[in-house]
Amino acid sequence: MTEMHDIEVTVNGRRRQGRVESRRLLIDFLRHDLGLTGAHIGCEQGVCGACTVLLDGRTARSCLHFAVAVDGAEIRTVEDLATPDQLHPIQEMFHQKHALQCGFCTPGFLLTTVEFLEREPDPDEEDIREALMNNVCRCTGYANIVEAVAASAVELRRRGEA
Amino acid sequence: MKPPPFSFVAPTSLAGVVEAMAAHGDDARILAGGQSLVPLMNMRLARPDVVVSINRCDELDFVEVTDTHVAIGALVRQIDAERHASIGTECPLLVDALKHVGLPATRNRGTVCGILAHCDPLAELPAVALVLEAELVLTSAGGERRVAAEDFFVTEMTTSIEPGEIISSVEFIRQDPSEHSAFLEITNGGHAWPVGGVALRWAVTDGVCTMAHLAAFGVGSVAQRLTGAENELVGSDLGPEAIATAAIAARSEVDPTGDIHADADYRRHFVGLLLERGLTQGVSS
Repeated sequence: MTEMHDIEVTVNGRRRQGRVESRRLLIDFLRHDLGLTGAHIGCEQGVCGACTVLLDGRTARSCLHFAVAVDGAEIRTVEDLATPDQLHPIQEMFHQKHALQCGFCTPGFLLTTVEFLEREPDPDEEDIREALMNNVCRCTGYANIVEAVAASAVELRRRGEA
Repeated sequence: MKPPPFSFVAPTSLAGVVEAMAAHGDDARILAGGQSLVPLMNMRLARPDVVVSINRCDELDFVEVTDTHVAIGALVRQIDAERHASIGTECPLLVDALKHVGLPATRNRGTVCGILAHCDPLAELPAVALVLEAELVLTSAGGERRVAAEDFFVTEMTTSIEPGEIISSVEFIRQDPSEHSAFLEITNGGHAWPVGGVALRWAVTDGVCTMAHLAAFGVGSVAQRLTGAENELVGSDLGPEAIATAAIAARSEVDPTGDIHADADYRRHFVGLLLERGLTQGVSS
């Protein structure tokens, strides 16, 4: 008989309940049970970064967590960044700098950038490359992503000062 | 892939964890940060019947500085250890090494004790545990026992932990403010998986080396102390000749096997190279 667990988490500010098998990965809970398909499933071993979410305020690979094990946690996914009529400044810069092509890796890059710029609001290029080193993109060659993150830092600082 | 089915329990106390481990023995695995265990389960290389989460055990989330040691509880995440003020002061070598562990998103969740339990041959922290004379505190239904790091790491993915036991904490020796330490590793491209590295700790009094604790990883099935190199250094002036002699000793006391990332000669070479580099930089700084 399959063992099931009732869990409750906060996702993008909303309380969400679910009934999951022990082995349900957080990424599958988000995508299949809650319909939040922004985070993507890539390697399922923590390497590619496409499934990155913010778990209790910190980046985490949602393919490396069981949903049942994060019962009670606060989760933020890429769906929480934009409002219906306005992109998040980081998304806006990714758009402007052409930092994505197919977009599969982009949610992971965006949330990695959110955490990175919170800790390091004025990074140099080397800092940015190091912060992005563990997210894989097969389209862009990374140059435009690095530019977009640098531009995001400038934009976020400008808004902070405004 | 997805992991095979298993039962999940999340006790709220160490006593509850120990009870669950006693009930399930070899069929149970501890889940702390899960950053080593979950990938293995996703790949179905690990198939525990029962996963015992310690994430509800607040009592295991502690850092305590004693007269001689820094104790780190089983639930302390790597990122929190890296940023902890007391660990930075008392165990700078551990903090240097933690910056190299995994990647930021896994350091956010993975624990210090979890790395030690996993015993990956390419993990940084077992080498640090060896030179910081760490003691593992193992708790089971039968009570508590302490195992020195040198007796704990047996071989690749294998420690002396017994079924039913959990690492409840690890204690690293407090480094003396006057001593030196360095952590160096070789990687294929930045912070990806390391090929290997060294953890070095030494002391100098009146121009003479009075203590040298050196360890390497990536040059064998498990991290190892470089006692031959240590013997060459202690009593020496740590000059270029002494360091070169120690590097030769280090190369002769490791027995690496080659793989796709680096052949055996390369591994033997870098252990000496990193030793020279670390000692030279540390001495001149």
